[in-house]
Amino acid sequence: MKIGRGLLIGIPVGFLTVFYLYPVASILLAGLVEGGGLDFTPFGDVLTSASLRGVAWFTLWQAAASTALTVLAAMPIAYVFARFEFPGKRLLSALLTVPFVMPTVVVGSAFLALLGSSSPLGINLNRTIWIIFAAHVFYNVAVVVRTVGGLWSHLDPRMEEAARSLGANRWQAFRTVTLPLLRPAIVAAGSIVFLFTFTSFGVILILGGLTYATLEVEIYRQTTVFLNLPIAAALAVFQLVGVTAVLWVYSRYQRHREVGLSLLPRLAVARRPSTPRQRLAVAGMIAYLGAIVVLPLAVLVARSLDTGNLWRFYRALTETGSGSTAFVSPAEAIGNSLWIAGLATLIALIVGMSAAAVVAYSSGPAARTFDLFLMLPLGTSAVTIGFGMLVALDWPIDLRANVLLIPLAHALVAIPFVVRLSVPVMRSVQPRLREAAAVLGASPLRIWREIDLPIAARALAVSAGFAFAISLGEFGATSFIARPDTPTLPIAIFRLLGRPGALNFGQAMAMSTILMAVTAAVVLLVDRLRIRDIGEF
Amino acid sequence: MLTAHRLSKRFGATVALSDIDLEVEAGETVSVLGPSGSGKSTLLRVISGLEVPDAGSVLWNHADVTLLPAHARQFGLMFQDYALFPHRDVAGNVGFGLRMAGGSASEVEHRVAEVLELVGLSGMERRRINQLSGGEAQRVALARTLAPAPRLVMLDEPLGSLDRSLRERLIVELGEIFERVDSTVLYVTHDQEEAFTIADRVAVLRDGKLIQAATPEDLWAAPAGVFVSDFLGFSNRFAATAIDGQADLGWATVPVDVPDGPCQVVLRPDALIADETGKITVTVAGSVFRGDHYLARTTTESGSQLSISTPTRPHPGQRIRIRLDPAGILALTE
Repeated sequence: MKIGRGLLIGIPVGFLTVFYLYPVASILLAGLVEGGGLDFTPFGDVLTSASLRGVAWFTLWQAAASTALTVLAAMPIAYVFARFEFPGKRLLSALLTVPFVMPTVVVGSAFLALLGSSSPLGINLNRTIWIIFAAHVFYNVAVVVRTVGGLWSHLDPRMEEAARSLGANRWQAFRTVTLPLLRPAIVAAGSIVFLFTFTSFGVILILGGLTYATLEVEIYRQTTVFLNLPIAAALAVFQLVGVTAVLWVYSRYQRHREVGLSLLPRLAVARRPSTPRQRLAVAGMIAYLGAIVVLPLAVLVARSLDTGNLWRFYRALTETGSGSTAFVSPAEAIGNSLWIAGLATLIALIVGMSAAAVVAYSSGPAARTFDLFLMLPLGTSAVTIGFGMLVALDWPIDLRANVLLIPLAHALVAIPFVVRLSVPVMRSVQPRLREAAAVLGASPLRIWREIDLPIAARALAVSAGFAFAISLGEFGATSFIARPDTPTLPIAIFRLLGRPGALNFGQAMAMSTILMAVTAAVVLLVDRLRIRDIGEF
Repeated sequence: MLTAHRLSKRFGATVALSDIDLEVEAGETVSVLGPSGSGKSTLLRVISGLEVPDAGSVLWNHADVTLLPAHARQFGLMFQDYALFPHRDVAGNVGFGLRMAGGSASEVEHRVAEVLELVGLSGMERRRINQLSGGEAQRVALARTLAPAPRLVMLDEPLGSLDRSLRERLIVELGEIFERVDSTVLYVTHDQEEAFTIADRVAVLRDGKLIQAATPEDLWAAPAGVFVSDFLGFSNRFAATAIDGQADLGWATVPVDVPDGPCQVVLRPDALIADETGKITVTVAGSVFRGDHYLARTTTESGSQLSISTPTRPHPGQRIRIRLDPAGILALTE
């Protein structure tokens, strides 16, 4: 038992130390150490540079605005999902999750197709902040709907009815009763959205052009374009500080969420829409969901098809050789993505499930700290992780040029998700069940095999699906560590988008469509396995 | 035979069990009766091996099993919320203990069918747990507990979450089932009627202490104190002073069997008899319909409150004459 527990703690701690703490610490040192001593000049350079200050300011306000817009866009959906039962609800709910695991590169290209210079709607928002906002809302709306809707669907509607009977109108009842009760969920979801938009990379890189850059994009540019490591490191430090602050707020509210609400089973709360007004609300929400979630994806598919020669862009994907030396056939990129995602999933499951077991079966401040430690990679920008690995992992074995670095980095990004999805499932095994098994004659080992394992098996399957989808779409870290001859799908898409011509654009759309189809299939598959109401972010 | 010897258990500052001595003979059904928080569930958990006592020991046929892990005791425990395994169907739950004991698939299948028949759920093997009604879940939990034929069957408020009519039917069935399988049973409840219906002996627990263990008849005849008397639902209790075997209640003088000094006089329902020729007159304040009788709240001439059962509905203000039967009068000194 002792050895088992030591191993359970040792695996995640060891993995995160070598592949996360050490690389990130190396970046800090790279920024601070100059000629054997501490050197703070890069920080001064960042603070005195008007353009870099502009980047920091832009990062902050666009994240705040994106978060506010996402919450606003998500609340009506959360309400309808929480309060009504209607046909196709499950499918819609799964569909809503698709954008969240969609590769940022695909989201970028989808909005380029929808609201770019050749917009089918005739709305050209290219190079404006609005196209970035639209993509951010699309990408993150599921986080808010899942988290807020999850809590909302268990809130006793009689509380609001009591307020109504005491003379409050609909809006007052919502504002004074429901909203305060939902606040912990809104803040928690908002923090996560803020975190994602604060470290937004792929979307900004594709949609922001040269006009807009977040810290994340700037770190990438400073490293790959200007080769200015100290400035990049200083920027990474600034970003890390901001991210840690947000994570702290998040974890505070996470803990508050666990206490003191009288919650009802979901079925007792949701009902079929009965009045015309309610039917209108549900129908309106479905139309609205179609507009903000389905439309961008549909346009992506449409643009991947050529009007004259329907499958031209797809066929072009299978043809090799386009002159450039670094060119790798798209088919090969798909192959790379698949084996990398498979390996990353395996690593993420081993590390993540061990960690989840530790978190689920222990309590107290030590367990909470460990839990927060596991969340750190989620809060660290992918670019920082990729950058750090590139700087640090040359000793004792030089992993920097090794293609295995990609699945390792992807696993690192996926681990927090695996932990968050698995812990509630593992915790849902009530101690009572283990006790019941014990009095029926099951030894501790047998209890684990008969009770814990079968229940955790579903968490394992769900986590595997998510880890796989995350790895397929990962762009930030990969953009640093992928070698020119082993691109993944998102990297190949980004490269195609950077080339001129309708054929390249069409191929990028076709590849995005394939990537979208694969991730959507994985998400829908996972949703069938998903145990209701648990594992929400 | 189960022997609990001087069991004590505390959780932080709370004393859950304090020096409990209790025996359950083979084939006997003992009910542990007490209000919530009296330590009933803890007693079961300690005996089953899910908790280790701070002091004292648990013996089975004089062999100490205090440190034997729960899974090796062959004591069955039915949980208050049933704790059915949600990922297994009815047969998977009922057959669990048999599989743990190493039964072959066909043995398990055979025994599961047998036990399901015993609890009246024949043919329900493949039902999922979340499709069961409250009463069915209760029966499945009982079947799961009984299937491996445990040496001792323990039940923690097994009827607690069921509605009244179902409870009254099931308690009788439970008794019959225990009779048929000749089990040794420890039955925890907070319901005095349930305890009296099922138990050969009742052990009353309060704040982790065993107050009294006796047959239902003895408990009824001679509750060991005010707590037990109140818990049995005897509502007519008066503080008085005993002098030479007599106590003056203000409106009547009754014989008491306690030494001189302060005491509590309890008039059981059978002590109060409506009688036209009775010497005591009470005035009705109000009444409650109880199905086969009415319970009248009345006031004596000296202003004491007295509850009396009457066959017809009494009217407020109505005067009733009663007499006291000494056989129903109890005197308690604590």
